[in-house]
Amino acid sequence: MTIPRLELKNISHSFYGVPVNKDISFDLYPGEVLGLIGENGAGKSTLMNIVAGVINPLSGERVLDGSPYEPSSPADARHAGVSFVHQELNLFSQLSVADNLFLTNYPRRGGIFTDKAQARRHAFEALALMDLPFQPQTVVEDLSPGERQMLEICKATIGGPKLMILDEPTTSLTSRETSRLFDLIRKLTEAGTSIIYVSHILEDVKSICDRIAIMRDGTLVDVRVAESVPTSELITLMVGRPLDHLFPERAQSPGTMAVLEVKNLSATGLIDSVDLTVTEGEVVGVFGLMGAGRTELARVISGLETATEGEVHLAGKDITHMTTRDRIAQGLSFVTEDRRGEGLFMDYSVVTNVALPSLKRWATNALAPLRRRVMREAVSASTSELKLAANNIDRAPVRNLSGGNQQKVVLAKWLLTGPKVLILDEPTRGVDVGAQFEVYRTTLDSADAGAAVLVISSELPELLGICNRIVVMRLGRVVQVFDREEFDARLILGAAFGESQSGESV
Amino acid sequence: MPFFRRLLASEWFVAAIIVAFIAGVAPFATGMLTERNALNVLSNLWPLLIVVVGQTFVLVIAGIDLAQTAVINVTNTFAAMLVAQSLPEELWQESVLWGSVIGPEGGPLADGGAGGATLAMVIAVTLGAIIGAGNGLAVAKLGMPPFMVTLGTLLLFNAIAIWMTRSENVSSLPNEYVAVGQAQIWGPITVPMIIAVVIAVGAHFVLSRSTFGSWIYAAGSNPQAAIISGVPYTRVVVSAYMISAALATVGGILYSTRLEGGRPTLADGFLLDIIGAAVIGGVSLFGGKGSVLGAVFGAIFFVVLANGLNLLNLPFTVVFMIKGIVIILAALLDVARTKLLGDSR
Repeated sequence: MTIPRLELKNISHSFYGVPVNKDISFDLYPGEVLGLIGENGAGKSTLMNIVAGVINPLSGERVLDGSPYEPSSPADARHAGVSFVHQELNLFSQLSVADNLFLTNYPRRGGIFTDKAQARRHAFEALALMDLPFQPQTVVEDLSPGERQMLEICKATIGGPKLMILDEPTTSLTSRETSRLFDLIRKLTEAGTSIIYVSHILEDVKSICDRIAIMRDGTLVDVRVAESVPTSELITLMVGRPLDHLFPERAQSPGTMAVLEVKNLSATGLIDSVDLTVTEGEVVGVFGLMGAGRTELARVISGLETATEGEVHLAGKDITHMTTRDRIAQGLSFVTEDRRGEGLFMDYSVVTNVALPSLKRWATNALAPLRRRVMREAVSASTSELKLAANNIDRAPVRNLSGGNQQKVVLAKWLLTGPKVLILDEPTRGVDVGAQFEVYRTTLDSADAGAAVLVISSELPELLGICNRIVVMRLGRVVQVFDREEFDARLILGAAFGESQSGESV
Repeated sequence: MPFFRRLLASEWFVAAIIVAFIAGVAPFATGMLTERNALNVLSNLWPLLIVVVGQTFVLVIAGIDLAQTAVINVTNTFAAMLVAQSLPEELWQESVLWGSVIGPEGGPLADGGAGGATLAMVIAVTLGAIIGAGNGLAVAKLGMPPFMVTLGTLLLFNAIAIWMTRSENVSSLPNEYVAVGQAQIWGPITVPMIIAVVIAVGAHFVLSRSTFGSWIYAAGSNPQAAIISGVPYTRVVVSAYMISAALATVGGILYSTRLEGGRPTLADGFLLDIIGAAVIGGVSLFGGKGSVLGAVFGAIFFVVLANGLNLLNLPFTVVFMIKGIVIILAALLDVARTKLLGDSR
């Protein structure tokens, strides 16, 4: 009988009295890939932090290769053979690839001087093992996001870890890089490394993992054999209820009055002669490949980038030359794709975050005291509408919320302004299935309330699910528009890739 | 442990340190707990407190205002020159303002009485606010680093103060003017105390309760998110620097009237007291965090510290060493607090 690589016995942990991991036990064998799935906030990150020595659990036992394993720090865990590839990158962008790979364990000459030549040689081998197309001396800032992610994984493989944890490793990878990553995972498991693979992309989890562990509300719901479990069942296990409809139904059809009118809008190097009209109650999707100018279009409309030509009208009013602040006052709301960097004040509470754009409703002027009780009630109504799960909306920093709940905070903030035009950029990125549904529902609700909605997304299924029309962008221009009756995933993708309607390439 | 963590992260931690310091030093410092010394400490406190409150606004928007002391040097001498009763020709004829603004008969507001004194102060505060606006515009509009901008204005206006006065102190100030820094109303209640308390309470309410206050914190915590959320970023940053310089001017006038003279080097050496006091009070150098209450405690701490060390008859080299160490500890505390808040998941 083989000794398990890792055994977790009755692991429990809580933060400030709120249990986040409840009595979790499982084991993992050498060379096995275990998928770990669950909604945001299910307790996956905490559990992985416990395995990787970032957190010490309040109770429970950890066993590595048959002996007790109690790492006091990530470095300790690394020393014991457990490496953790975080979702956020931890690379030094001004240093070279080789320097990053050997930052903590640099080859030395005579125990004192760094041995650059040896580091480069080792780095070369490590890169070759993963078939990575860059050189040890390349500076990290010259790498693409996907290449950086691969480098981060490469760093974790150095020294032949016993157990490697990958947390959402594919979010910034191209499909080719993803398949290269899967090749690497197979190579590592053949050599006996065990892998815990955390991801929201269920197809990937099913294809690369041997078994799949499902977490919900801090408990381990089940561990299933990957081959035999259908995706629908995985979703049911994660959310605890069957999801009949992934997309909510629309109550009303769009009106005819144009609310957002974009006329021949250009911004040098970003977008080129874009024409677009969104009517009252209409949901228009913007699809395109990376760099097609989708986000840039939204930023020009909201005044964060300057238009060089053309006009933007909101409810008949020319807003082309207004500041972002004035556009917000006119009823424009923009939920950016960079939630942490641009959407939220991570150290501040839910109330502070949500109230910010609407403050003038609760005070007569900028120096007058805010009517805080009324303000809190309005925020609380808005967040409970979105089913936000937060313990303390007055005090606790939004940093402590899960990705899905953070997105709900951003949405609540803009819905509270009562937008006439609502622009959403990748609204469900990094958001779990349950919260995704809430995002769609509130989006459609605000359209039903008369808002003109523009949704930018790389997820074609979600655009097909919620939009009245889909606009396809390519190289900064609108190349094709599809009405709901004409929705066809194949044709829309084709347009994004530059196929013309007759099938020739543009 | 949670109690200690919460205390460390709150303003009251500094209050506790002040009490501990007094309890520890008083037995060795003769006269520390006398009424006379208490009044002395208070009269040192009020001007510093006003300047620190001004600095707090700039620190919260993730800036820093090194130019506050230069603003004090320029404005306190300028205001004093406006109201001076006489300026000896042999000392002042080299000044650029000789013959235009000032003459042997003193400044243009020399005979203005209380009204003239008030007008001189209003002019000085306006001048300070203009200098602050310049700093703010350079930071917000041109995106220049606040450290460099205000270091530049620090040198520039220090030099202007000396150039304007030829390094002479302005004496012979009218009683109405001097009264602002000295007049006692009842018992320990003085005019500077009333000015300082009104400013601190006002600043507290503006920062913690108003829309403008919310904008200040938002701009300091995440400028990009603030702009996207409709915060008038440029206006907020410029206002913060204007408030900082204007309050520096008010504090400077209180210092100068207490000393009954305008001095071009009045605030030299105050800079670290000001920033040290704010940071000890929990105003973060990283921006986005801090309160007026904390800044007030920080100012009290610095004044009590200086007074205690003075009464211990320590050589001034030792006093400076201790101040230096305290500032380093304050920076450490800032980092520890940031880490505490970051960890509180």
